Amino acid sequence: MTKTPAPKIGLFITCMVDLMRPSVGFAALRLLDRAGAQVVVPDKQTCCGQPAFNSGDFKDAIHIAKDVIEAFENFDHVIAPSGSCTGMIRKHYPDLLKDEQDWATRADKLAVKTFELTEYLAEHLDLAQSLGSFDHTVTYHDSCTSRRELGVVDQPRKLMAAMDGLDIKELGDTETCCGFGGLFSVKFQEVSNAITKTKTELVQDTGADVLTGADLGCLVKQAGQLKKAGSKVRVFHIAEILAGMASGDGIS
Amino acid sequence: MSTFTQDNPKCHDFLKGAKKALDDDRLQAQLARSLKDGFQKKRLKGMSRLPEYEQLRDRAKAIKAHTLDNLDRYLEQFEAQVMKAGGHVHWARDDDEAAKIIIDICKSVGAKTVTKGKSMITEEIGLNAHFRANGIEPVETDLGEYIIQLRDEPPSHIIAPAFHISKEQVADTFREHHKDQIEDRDLSQPTTLVHEAREELRQKFLKADVGITGSNVLVAETGTGLIVTNEGNGDLTQSLPPVHIAVSSIEKVVPTLEDADTILRLLARTATGQEMSVYTTFFTGPKRDKDLDGPEQFHMVVLDNRRSDLLGGPLHDVLSCIRCGACINHCPIYGKVSGHAYGWVYPGPIGSILTPHFVGVDEAHLLPNACTMCGRCEDVCPVRIPLPKLLRTWRGRAFDAGHPGGLQRLGLRVWAWFAKRPSFYRLLVRPMVMVLGWMGSSRPYDLPAPQGSTFMDRYKRGER
Repeated sequence: MTKTPAPKIGLFITCMVDLMRPSVGFAALRLLDRAGAQVVVPDKQTCCGQPAFNSGDFKDAIHIAKDVIEAFENFDHVIAPSGSCTGMIRKHYPDLLKDEQDWATRADKLAVKTFELTEYLAEHLDLAQSLGSFDHTVTYHDSCTSRRELGVVDQPRKLMAAMDGLDIKELGDTETCCGFGGLFSVKFQEVSNAITKTKTELVQDTGADVLTGADLGCLVKQAGQLKKAGSKVRVFHIAEILAGMASGDGIS
Repeated sequence: MSTFTQDNPKCHDFLKGAKKALDDDRLQAQLARSLKDGFQKKRLKGMSRLPEYEQLRDRAKAIKAHTLDNLDRYLEQFEAQVMKAGGHVHWARDDDEAAKIIIDICKSVGAKTVTKGKSMITEEIGLNAHFRANGIEPVETDLGEYIIQLRDEPPSHIIAPAFHISKEQVADTFREHHKDQIEDRDLSQPTTLVHEAREELRQKFLKADVGITGSNVLVAETGTGLIVTNEGNGDLTQSLPPVHIAVSSIEKVVPTLEDADTILRLLARTATGQEMSVYTTFFTGPKRDKDLDGPEQFHMVVLDNRRSDLLGGPLHDVLSCIRCGACINHCPIYGKVSGHAYGWVYPGPIGSILTPHFVGVDEAHLLPNACTMCGRCEDVCPVRIPLPKLLRTWRGRAFDAGHPGGLQRLGLRVWAWFAKRPSFYRLLVRPMVMVLGWMGSSRPYDLPAPQGSTFMDRYKRGER
């Protein structure tokens, strides 16, 4: 049997990871390497375009979508450590570009090979073996985009279950939004904060000492609220935990 | 800040309305309790006893899609059947025309008092203000509507109009308005409140010259309207007075009684978790010769109000709505700001799609933006309306109309310029890391600080 060559992966780093928490990007590199992939971080990337798209600025969103397609379409797979950016590429690019035939085809092709990080890892890592150890009680925040646009719910939990010492305590009301919503949290700050406050109270109710999730936006928002409330719960992106890089204060 | 009225929307004041709601601890506690432990739990329980729920959703969606594609045909069939049953159908182009039709009917029979069953279309028309301007006394008979009428407030929810009011507040309102009752009576229990409202309303039912109801569904094949209520007030409203006027809108029509049944199987379950509402009342024309009771005259007023403009356009699917309120009950934003903040008749996700159409995008541009795009509304919608997509359509129209303006727009423009130019973008992100770092270390921002330098810079330096 001939060995199949390692798939070439383009890592979509996401603007949030680039700006706020590069360690998530390095964790993703480490994990994808472990999954046997050959990973490249293309230089010609900035953001998936959601700030424009969700502000109704479809012209700029289309421009950015085309840039992303050009930068990533030659990879076997595109992986992003974020449900919302993955959802943008997978679900919304084809819709945004549906009126331009060539671009629509290219968007469709990119959409089917784009995956959220935990979604990809759950399929490509050997979960029969331990992924490492993390001696903490952890609660997991499902982002609305992961859950609803991608249907990613079980995968992060399977990955965490493959870690020694990690005890998962499920969050209450897990289908409810954390209040982040991208620019919503800026434009409607007080409403956003009120929703986040309710969510972080549920986080504290679990008794977990670590909060994790796959979307940095949700995590940064909740980490801010937890800090404000004087909580000792530390917040990490799931990639950091899985890659054995979750030490220190976490997102704070 | 005064609350909105039908002809004076306050959607532009969303932020003020939201702040007012957020600062109201009593309201916050009530919202948390009534939504999470109330509507949301009840819906889940209702769904759990309906194994064919997903198939029913598909069927309801298909019925609505088919009807909207053939709307002219079914509306004409409905009209012909109502006339055959001896009723009248009035087509109202807009809110003012609908109000005029209704007022004219009331005047033609010399009406002094009209009773009303719960109807959001009459809210959309602003009917009660028209009644008062014409010297006719409207009496709301749905308990929630009755309470807010006494308090002179608009509804805060499409199926639970007094959702924002506590039972203690209701007691105070009753004490203030029910002057004939014993002054130091005990009004601490919901049952005593209901009893008192029933006592007060009974006289009004008997005195009414005209009864006005809405109609949740219109059945084309039989010319039948139907309403769902839990109090039976709709039955008394439509059958006691000599004239019954039902008010509905064009998209409520379905082809057959069986189709109406499909809608009914979903409506109460998604709204309140009930298998069926306590009363489901069908009405076809006026009293027939051998009927023992019923109205002498039956009028069906069917409102367009530019709904027909939505047909075939990007917002077409919103016309499938059966007004169950599930999207409202599960919206995280509604759950914090309640109904009045939305500034017009229809609150929540469905309202944020309907309201800009009725009051204009300049007035209502904040509403489709007041949303985290969490998608739960679409998840719970019994007819699978893609609400986030429709909200985003409005965001596009708002943006094209210049909203947001000012600094927000400038910020977005600058960001987009950089986002389209990766090498310049790298230059922008570096100072942003510093600014965010400073903000993270200072109050009042609840912002965690960045780690220090960007991923791209570190990656390019060879870090792995």
